[in-house]
Formats: sequence, structure tokens, C-alpha cells
Amino acid sequence: MPVESLFEQLEPLLARVSKPIQYVGGELGATVKDWDGAEVRWALMYPDAYEVGLPNQGVQILYELLNEQYGVLAERTYAVWPDLEQLMREHGIGQFTVDAHRPVAAFDLLGVSFATELGYTNLLTALDLAGVPLLATERGDEHPVVVAGGHSAFNPEPVSDFLDAAVLGDGEEIVLAITEVVREWKAEGRPGGRDGLLLRLAAGGGVYVPKFYDVTYHDDGAIAAVVPNRPGVPDTVRKHTVMDLDQWPYPRKPLVPLAETVHERYSVEIFRGCTRGCRFCQAGMITRPVRERSIETVGAMVAEGVKNSGFTEVGLLSLSSADHSEIGAIAKGLADQYEGTNTSLSLPSTRVDAFNVTLADELSRNGRRSGLTFAPEGGTERMRRVINKMVSEDDLIRTVSTAYGSGWRQVKLYFMCGLPTETDDDVLAIADLAKRVIEAGRKASGRGDIRCTVSIGGFVPKPHTPFQWAAQASHEVVDARLRKLREKVKSDRQYGKAIGLRYHEGKPSMVEGLLSRGDRRVGRVIRAVWEDGGRFDGWGEHFSYQRWVDCAEKALAGEPVDLAWYTTRERDRDEVLPWDHLDSGLDRDWLWDDWQDALDEVELDDCRWTPCFDCGVCPSMGTEIQTGPTGRTLLPLTPV
Amino acid sequence: MQRLRVRFAKRGRLRFTSHRDFQRAFERALRRADVPMAWSQGFTPHPRVSYAGAAPTGAASEAEYLELAVTRVCDPDEIRAALDAALPPGLDVVQVVAAGPGALADRLQASSWSIELPGAAPEQAAAAVTAFLAAESVPVERLTKNGVRKLDPRAAVLWLAADTAADPVTLHAVVRHQSPTVRPDEVLAGLRLVAGFTPPQPPRAVRLAQGEWDDATGTLADPLADPPEGRDT
Repeated sequence: MPVESLFEQLEPLLARVSKPIQYVGGELGATVKDWDGAEVRWALMYPDAYEVGLPNQGVQILYELLNEQYGVLAERTYAVWPDLEQLMREHGIGQFTVDAHRPVAAFDLLGVSFATELGYTNLLTALDLAGVPLLATERGDEHPVVVAGGHSAFNPEPVSDFLDAAVLGDGEEIVLAITEVVREWKAEGRPGGRDGLLLRLAAGGGVYVPKFYDVTYHDDGAIAAVVPNRPGVPDTVRKHTVMDLDQWPYPRKPLVPLAETVHERYSVEIFRGCTRGCRFCQAGMITRPVRERSIETVGAMVAEGVKNSGFTEVGLLSLSSADHSEIGAIAKGLADQYEGTNTSLSLPSTRVDAFNVTLADELSRNGRRSGLTFAPEGGTERMRRVINKMVSEDDLIRTVSTAYGSGWRQVKLYFMCGLPTETDDDVLAIADLAKRVIEAGRKASGRGDIRCTVSIGGFVPKPHTPFQWAAQASHEVVDARLRKLREKVKSDRQYGKAIGLRYHEGKPSMVEGLLSRGDRRVGRVIRAVWEDGGRFDGWGEHFSYQRWVDCAEKALAGEPVDLAWYTTRERDRDEVLPWDHLDSGLDRDWLWDDWQDALDEVELDDCRWTPCFDCGVCPSMGTEIQTGPTGRTLLPLTPV
Repeated sequence: MQRLRVRFAKRGRLRFTSHRDFQRAFERALRRADVPMAWSQGFTPHPRVSYAGAAPTGAASEAEYLELAVTRVCDPDEIRAALDAALPPGLDVVQVVAAGPGALADRLQASSWSIELPGAAPEQAAAAVTAFLAAESVPVERLTKNGVRKLDPRAAVLWLAADTAADPVTLHAVVRHQSPTVRPDEVLAGLRLVAGFTPPQPPRAVRLAQGEWDDATGTLADPLADPPEGRDT
């Protein structure tokens, strides 16, 4: 069947929607391959607006990698805004890719990258617009295989009805493996049809096919068991870990959008994984162990990426960028290389205890001296012991003093509210900490105009973390604590005006909590919300808490579970968690012990610098810590 | 220090590029093309580029202009080729010349537009044009972020004709630059007002040229010619 571009039909509609440029493609770095020459065709979706989805590293990496393969084609698709969705429905235009505007329905696979759970309703819109049945069990051989990845795929159960498959962990190797399986299956004449393909994918234990597992429940609502329902399907599915990032230097050809996007920079991951062991942090838990990219590869990737893109900012990404064993040499090397070119460096995640002013000076040498951001996360030492964020107040004061002393005027501090064992006092202490920061800053800089912005997010317990058993604080509790904090900051005459307070109300976190730790029954809620018009749940202007509450009530009527059961309820040790059959490598007993240590306010070190504490990941996944220093240098201007 | 004047085109699907989008894309292209840009001073230095009034988002253009400052004397043809290669296809650099005397903006006094009207009936379009030209003023409104603005496209239109032999029917308009700018949308709003003429499908506008209008010859002078054509001394 010939596959034609939908652009002719789409074009007249673009004059009637906001920011039409996001739908036209044609970005620098984009690839359009011949349709008929490809044996396996992937549509890759980031289920949010283009401006958020385009910069996503995961999608860019897989897009470039797949298009490099002979006989493989990959195109991108993003969530369309409601104005275009409505016009597409009126004119019968299906979900399309931005590269060649081909209908998503015509592809072999639809890969969806879930960085957050708030994109779930957008997946349903895309499937529906594409003409693909929402339920995996209702799809036929002609429909694309819908595969989810990204951090949220570590518990895909709430969307499992809508997915054919999910993969856990690093995507590079597994997308190539899936591609080979699909290629062979097609070449052999599609033996066994759709299920034949899914069985081949599931058999190796590296691809989760939800419909091949049955979930049973106890009368009280808890899960009794999750078991394979046919032979050849393994009991558990394991995550994927790419070792030696130097072998995978992507993206090489960064996508440079015409539309404005949330990150306008060339980003390079300087390492993956984090073993600082912050107990709230799902990213740190599921991406272990730490694997550094060498200084030489970072240097070569940046040189090539900046040259190819024309970006004026380089982002050195990781979960805690100042922890790279050669971060000082990388920052200095890049600053030297880009001296006088107005190219700035940014380190999105920096720890107070790993930061120093030499590093900060290198970062701001060729560009703007923007704000510095640190994340103490908890207001008191006690709170920080619970969450294992081992940052002392003195460390923080020392670091911000140096920063203010060397010319910074603004420091941003991130905290969380609603953490396990938290009391009002823990949150009110944030005000005291901010005051000390201002006081120290005024002293160090000799100026009165310095500022400190305090940003606070609601804590949501996540799967595969020690807090997976914890009760989430209700939005009433979170909102009340934040209100008290605001009053305390505002009432301070000496420092109050120098402290900016930013936070959101607690309700959206309840929905995030439902979707994070939900099981298959939550799929009904998601569908009900979507059918009621729910879209773009990550956007305040589109999100409706009441809609989620009402739909949860309706969809879960007659079940022994409800919104509170999924969120504010503490789980006990023996309860089967919806993601227990999905193996992140973390030993369940270790996670439980770490949860108990949290309650006892006992801290745990980082295994990069202390002996292994048996979290279980390296032996079970066949991985190891890969860190420098290599002692090598950043070679200027060497193409990859 | 040298000043260069650039004519570029916005074609095909990239006509949906907004002016802000273009600015970002162009500044990145300057870096990729290694153009020796002069930078502004100050806290956030920017490459020194001045943009002339941009065609609206969604309208194509064969004649957009900007001026840039470079730190050493460059071969305009080399700059043209390098910039064109650094921009995505559809944002095409047509011509680069060393800046002539006077301000570029002074040479861009009017625009010539071609506006295709797919699905429109030729006689209706022609009648609307006749009614528009016969009117003394055509007060239309434009909804902006700051509320409703009133403007008169009739006062700005120097020349207007409907090519009824073309398929689709195509309007040709020359519009004087004034503030607020009269765009093809306002000309069409004017036709709606005077004759109830509404194209059944979204019109497709292309800016063909900008320059100084010569009433005698009915042409626009090339703003990059030096001295500008039609201004012989």
C-alpha cells in the first residue's frame, strides 16, 4: 500500500492554528528516508507538545541511531495541541510524523518515550487520531506495535492496556534488537501474526508484553500475583544498561528546531546513573551504576555538536554533573576552546558539596553569569538524613557565600514538601535556611541587593525506590505546610523581601502519585479522563484535578481501591507491588532496609567512593561502575 | 567593520516560520557559517543584525531583508553561499551586497504581494477589487494582543488587480508600508467589507518584492541596487 504524505491536507489547516511551525518539520539534523527502501519503520513519539518533546535526548538519540541503520527508517511525532486536534478530526487527518508527514498508522512500530506519567492521556489522543485501537488486545496485524520506554516505563501497569510492549532502561541496544526481531519476522512472512511477533520479543526477557501476564487481586484490593499466561514468557523482565558510553556518542547531529523549545542548547550526557542514593530519586535508583563518558569523547561530541548546530549554549547533562571525575578539566577545556565565542556552558544538576567557584568561573567565562541552582531538598538536617541527601547546612552556607562573594547575585534552592516523616517544622526550617543564605550572601558580597529563590515541589513516591512503600502526603497537608512557610517568609522584615518563594498547589501531585504507583486498574481511570477531554496533564492550563477525581470515582466504583488507596496509603513489606515483576536490578530486601534506614534517619554513602553496599544492581545486571579519572585531556577541535 | 545587506526568501512549508523563529535560526546559521560577526556590547551580547519589517507568519516571501555588521571586509558572494548552506532549505539567502548609502529601511517603502485564492470565483474577486478601489476609505479592524486596532488598507494600497485568468485566481497588490502595517489579511478583510467577498479556502500570500514605489513605471526599485534604480542622478 503506498504511503503518502499528509502535508497537502494538513497545510491549509496550519494557517488556522497557533505556532504552526511546530508541525512542519524540516529541522536541521532531521532525516527523511525512502519509505519503500526500509524494511523496518519506527515512529518515535514524545507524548507532549513539540516545544517540550523536541529537545528530549532519548528521542534524539534513538532517532539518529535508527536512521543510521541500513533498511531502517525512523520519524518523529509529537502531541498536537487541541486546536489542531479538532481540525484534524473535522478533516479526517490522522496523527502524522513531522519528518515526512506520514501517517503514524502506517509504521511497523510506534515507540513512545515516557519521561513522566503526565503524558499518558496524550498517548491516547495520538493512538485515536492515528486510527489505532486504544486497547492492545483489539489491534490487528496491520497496526503498529506500540512500545513504551523512558523512566515511567519502569511501572507501565497503568497504561498496560494501551501498550503492546514496554522496555526498561537504556534504549540504544534494545531498539536495535527489537528492530532485528521485526525485520526477521516480516522477512519470514509474519509467522503467528501479531502475537507471534510479541512472543518473540517477550521470550528473551528484555521486552515486557503486558497482555502475556495475568494479574490477580486479593479481596482487599492488593495484588495477589502477576504471572505469565503462556509458555515461553519469563516470570520477570529486566532492564537494559549500556556499558561504555564512548561507544555510543549520540546525538551527533543534534536537531535544531525552528520553533522555540524549552531547551535551546547542545546537550551531551557526561555520565549516566547516580549512586548518591537520594531515597526519593527514581532516576538515581533505576539508572545505576554510574557510567562516565570520557573527557575525550565529551570534548569531541561538543566540538562537533556546536559546529553542526550553531547553538550558543552547551549543556553538560547527568543526574549530578559536578560529580564527573574530570568535571574541572572538562569545564576548563571547553571554556578555553570557546574563549571569545559567546558560547556558554551549563550544568543543570549541581550538588552543593561538589561545587566550587573555580568550576563556576569556568562555566560563566564565555557567557552569561546566570543564576546558580542547588537542591538541598529538605529544610532540616534530620529531613536530609531521612532522604539521604547528605548535604550539611554549613556546606550550603559556605558554597553560597563563595558564589555571592565572586559576583553571583542570585541563588536558587530546590526543596520538596510532603516527604516521609516530615513535620511542619521541617518545612518551616526552609525559611530559616533561606535567611541564613541571604545573611551570608550580604556579608560575603557587601551588597544588599542579592536574592535567593526557593522553589518547592510536592514529593511523589516512585516505584523502584526505598520510598515505594511510603504514604504520599495528601494535598491538604502539603498545601497547609506551604501556606505556613509563605507566611513565615513574608513576615520577616529583614530578609523576607530578598527571598522569592515558588511552589504549586499539591493537587497535581496526587494524580502523579496515582499514575506512578498505580496498577492495571488505573488504566480505566486514564481512559475515562481522556474520554472526558483530558489532555496535556503536565500543563496547568489544561490539567483538571476535579476531572481526575470524578473519573477515578466512576472508573473504580465497585473496586476495593480508590485514589487514596493508591496514594496516601503506606504499603507493608509483603504486599506485591505492581512493578515487582519488572527488574531494575535493585534487590527488594536492600530497598526495604534502605526504607527502614530512612525511618531511622540513617545515612548511606556513595558506592563510587566506599565499598559496595549490595544494592544488587551490578551483579544481577552484569554491569560495573565506570568512572575516571582517565588523566587524558580534552582535545580541541577533533571531530568524532 | 563592514555592513552587509541580505535578501532572503521564506518558501514552502517554512513560510510558517515566525519572525522570532527566523531570528534564532539566522543567528545560529551565522555561527555555523563562521561569519565574522560584530557583537553588541553589554550584559547579553548579541550579533549585530537589524531586521527589516518581516512578512507575517504563514506568508511566503521572496524579498525579506536584513543588515548585518561584520568585523572585517568579506566577499558578499561567499557570505551568501555560506549562509544559504547553513540555513535549512526553504529559508534561502538570495543576495548579499555591501551596504550602500542611507538606511536600508528608507529603501523599503512598499511591498508587492501575490495572493492566491484557491476555490474563489474569478468574477467575484474582480468585482470586489473594483469596489475596493472605488472606495475612499475601508476601515477594518485587526485583533492584536493589545486589543482591537483600526486601520485603513485602502489608504495603503498603491495598486491592486485580480488576475482572473490565473488558476487559482490571484490578487496582485502593492501596499505602502505604514504603521500599523497593512498585511494581505487586511486587504482581504477590506474586500470582505466592501463586497462581502470571502475566499472559500485559506489564501496563500507571497511577498514578491520590496522597494521604493515608482508611480510612473508601476515598479518597485531594487533596494540592494546602488544607487537604487529609478533614482538616477
